[in-house]
Amino acid sequence: MQNRSPRAYLGWTLAMGVILFYALIPVVWLISLSFKTPATVSDKKFVPQDTTFDNYTTLFEGGLESPLLRPLINSLAIALIATIIAVTLASFTAYAIARLDFPGKTLILAGALAIAMFPPISVVGPLFDMWRALGLYDTWLGLIIPYLTFALPLAIYTLVAFFREIPWELEQAAQVDGATPWQAFRKVILPLATPGVFTAAILVFIFAWNDFLFAITLTSSDRARTVPAALAFFTGESQFTAPTGNIAAAAVLVTIPIIIFVLIFQRRIVAGLTAGAVKG
Amino acid sequence: MAEIKLKDVTKRYADGTEAVKHMDLDIKDGEFMILVGPSGCGKSTALRMIAGLEDISEGEMLIGDKVVNNLAPRDRDIAMVFQNYALYPHMTVRANMGFALKLAKVPEDEIKQKVEEAARILDLTDHLDRKPANLSGGQRQRVAMGRAIVRDPQAFLMDEPLSNLDAKLRVQTRTEVSRLQKRLSTTMVYVTHDQTEAMTLGDRVAVMRSGVLQQVAPPRELYNDPVNIFVAGFIGSPAMNFFSGTISDGTLKLPFAELLAPDGVSHTGDVIVGVRPEDFEDARFAPAGHDAGVEFSAPIEVVESMGSEIYVYFSFEGGEVNSNELAELARDTGVAETGLAVARLNPESEISDGGKAKLWFDGAKLHLFDPADGANLRHGKTDQKAAAEAGREAVAAEADEAPSRRAVDEQDETPAAEAPHRAEPDERSAPE
Repeated sequence: MQNRSPRAYLGWTLAMGVILFYALIPVVWLISLSFKTPATVSDKKFVPQDTTFDNYTTLFEGGLESPLLRPLINSLAIALIATIIAVTLASFTAYAIARLDFPGKTLILAGALAIAMFPPISVVGPLFDMWRALGLYDTWLGLIIPYLTFALPLAIYTLVAFFREIPWELEQAAQVDGATPWQAFRKVILPLATPGVFTAAILVFIFAWNDFLFAITLTSSDRARTVPAALAFFTGESQFTAPTGNIAAAAVLVTIPIIIFVLIFQRRIVAGLTAGAVKG
Repeated sequence: MAEIKLKDVTKRYADGTEAVKHMDLDIKDGEFMILVGPSGCGKSTALRMIAGLEDISEGEMLIGDKVVNNLAPRDRDIAMVFQNYALYPHMTVRANMGFALKLAKVPEDEIKQKVEEAARILDLTDHLDRKPANLSGGQRQRVAMGRAIVRDPQAFLMDEPLSNLDAKLRVQTRTEVSRLQKRLSTTMVYVTHDQTEAMTLGDRVAVMRSGVLQQVAPPRELYNDPVNIFVAGFIGSPAMNFFSGTISDGTLKLPFAELLAPDGVSHTGDVIVGVRPEDFEDARFAPAGHDAGVEFSAPIEVVESMGSEIYVYFSFEGGEVNSNELAELARDTGVAETGLAVARLNPESEISDGGKAKLWFDGAKLHLFDPADGANLRHGKTDQKAAAEAGREAVAAEADEAPSRRAVDEQDETPAAEAPHRAEPDERSAPE
């Protein structure tokens, strides 16, 4: 924002303020709802009149039997495992695609793209039947597999772009310096592709964390149900009260890990990009 | 340290194109060998085959008596400096230079000592803990060199290491490279497209064209006795002038003059005649009593005074040369002057552009080429000593014309037959 006149600066600030307001007002509203008591939930006031933490505490009442704790653990574990596997596999695949000429290379890329474009809703029915037959229904693995399938193409495409940016000479220099292909990959190429790896990781994690369709279809209990699916099963205090406050509180809670995840990796991405100098 | 031998080496790509064709080259232990040629001539491919970064399609490659055709780069014990340096951006200068030793599991304190020694030689001590991104171009280049020398390898391979530096730094670094090679006396193979680098650095220079090795010789021999029109046109700056001429009845006809055909040339009919710019002179300064000299007058188009010498461009008609070799050179250098020749004259010459002027050229130093295949008709027959003198003068860019006159005077007594032995490989021209 340097080299701008005060007027332009003001204009930009104003424009960004409008965009931020537009983007964040629903989130603020959600936070506001999560602090309201059941009686005031529908009072149409933006600032809560009676502030309460009950909406949050009830979510965790009863430990593992509580409405949110077990789904939260499921969500974190499934998303993290899917991310680690996807990024590892995608690194190898992307490296091979970026560096090597092998038969079927375009086929892999085209296949990956086709899978990424495939509507999940059209496979979810057959998957339900298959998973029940295979005993994968309502298990972590039963969700990790579809998440991997749909996240891998995304990760591969992201990483291919990053690997292509790294000059091939660097790897050749490493080879001449006495590195085995594996050493060259691990000590030279991978460190330089770190920003790409983290970008891919964020994308995969967000995809797995936010998924509702697979989670609601392929789970039936707290054994594997993730937070987005669990939210749909929240009940009010009595059958006549809607669980609005609880849902709002849970929605706020599920957003937090994503924000933390992005903030941590954002730093790495930006650090990687500015340290840059990939092009000597 | 080791010698490198290429025996009938060919590189063929999957689509059938041959980047290097049947190349035979013996690089002696401790020798500074330059591979030079226009872009796309296969010189880098040849170097990369030595490094092991390209497979060898046919033939045999030996490093120190060991066939290395199927050895991975890491098993060849060679170090390479890449054109863009290929420094590891995420490592400090120290880590960059020590990377190879670390992979070789050399003890930490020995790595430290070797890296610091190399840093001292290359004047990088103050920069050891910086990252490549924070270095200047010249410093990065030195880090790349440092990474090679800490290894103490069998041979250094350099792929246009100076081409990313600006002109001034390039000349300076060129001298450093030369000093470094002498100091380490390690075999070095150096690829460049710059004929000045080739002439000033190498013990021997290998000129390549379209994957074929044209001539391997010490720089001076290459300059004075090129094997064909391509080498003649490639080596030397400004380049040799070419005219088409005819030989009949012992007379050589040029667009602007006629003279006795040189001895020992049995060829008759059309020839391509090459004259180095320094073999022309202002007729006023023509050496006296030189019976092979010819005077002629020509329209002067441009005069460029460099202070120590004058370049005069004169036009001629009906003698333009059409040859594939020259067309290729012109493409590479971007110069395509036809009907214009350049002469390097005594700085005291008062020739000015726009008029006709009397020029002189040394008929004994003509190069004759067969128009059919571009071969030098006088290869191995030209007077080496006289030519060598001229070459030294040209390379060193000396303005003093006395040596050339002396050489020309002696030339008559020198038997042509023993001439080739005069140009010893180590009789290198002084770098500028």
